[in-house]
Amino acid sequence: MTPDPTSQANETGEAKSGRRGFMAFAAAGIAGILIAPGVRLIEIAQAAPALGTASPGASSIVRWGMLIDSTKCASGCTDCVTACNTENGLSGGTKTTDSQWIRKIEIKEVRTGKTQSLPMMCQHCAEPPCVDVCPTGASFKRADGIVLVDKHTCIGCRYCMMACPYKARSFVHSPQTNQKPDVPRGMGTVEACTMCVHKVDKGEMPACVTACAKAGHEAILFGDLNNPESEISKRIASYPSRQIRENLNLDTGVRYLGI
Amino acid sequence: MAPLVFLLGLLIGGAVYAGDASSVRVPQPVVESARGGQCVEDPAFMRRNHMKLLKHQRDDTLRGGVRTGKYSLKECIDCHASKTTDSVAATETNFCQSCHNYAAVKIDCFECHTNKPQVKP
Repeated sequence: MTPDPTSQANETGEAKSGRRGFMAFAAAGIAGILIAPGVRLIEIAQAAPALGTASPGASSIVRWGMLIDSTKCASGCTDCVTACNTENGLSGGTKTTDSQWIRKIEIKEVRTGKTQSLPMMCQHCAEPPCVDVCPTGASFKRADGIVLVDKHTCIGCRYCMMACPYKARSFVHSPQTNQKPDVPRGMGTVEACTMCVHKVDKGEMPACVTACAKAGHEAILFGDLNNPESEISKRIASYPSRQIRENLNLDTGVRYLGI
Repeated sequence: MAPLVFLLGLLIGGAVYAGDASSVRVPQPVVESARGGQCVEDPAFMRRNHMKLLKHQRDDTLRGGVRTGKYSLKECIDCHASKTTDSVAATETNFCQSCHNYAAVKIDCFECHTNKPQVKP
């Protein structure tokens, strides 16, 4: 379709200048609104929160992750699991219908017989399959890389549970009472490790990390994968860490050492 | 004509009754007094708009990680929990439940969220 030449000719000078003014304003918007010389709103909004301080909101500057050193993880120790259950108000049951946000698993090298123990939970992928398959948009990734379920929109279809290669998600089968104020849980919705998002937002460590350190193992390191100066980034840069199911290219936020 | 006059009578009668709270014929919901002092907004505004405020902020909190908002369900509960049942929805006289029963609106919040305050008074 070609533009109508008559309508263009009829346009008044006033309308033109109004449009020009708008364009200038829009250009200023694109360039970033200047608050003071050198300070833009976008920079304030994206300022990375440091560990130990309450954050003003999830920011894509940080990417929260964990590095699990399986050589430090003690076989038979379930302190991280217990801490998770306590923090999030889970029953602690291990039936197929019970919610398990974190599990301890034992792996064995078949030829040498060497056994190792490690915790498995939501790997907080950068490319989460659970988010891809969710029909309602309830399964989502926060700006800071934490993968969560919005239970307000979850319809309990469990596609995400099938899509997850780590079996990390659980479905709540029975009505819940006495939930934790920070951790709403309800029947008919899917849930998984939240990386203790309510604690992270306050500048605290996830419950499993604290419990592991308290038990003297310090096998779980929590930190910002995007910051090259963080302890977790330095260790990932200097030791050979692995992602589980690396071949799926999910870029997991939880990395493992010694497997 | 007669039905119209009757209807008009009803309307006027209703207006008169609405104007005087002490002489209402319909039973009013029992609203328990809150623990704290002032609500975050005017009570009349909250009665109409609390659901909008909560719905708006829940997305900011859950998806944006902003936990400093003014309208948090947790704080509603902390302030409005009953002194006897320590809950906002355990019995029919509790704060949320009484009004929702009266208005015949089901509360879904407490299917997932706890109805008890975080800090025990």
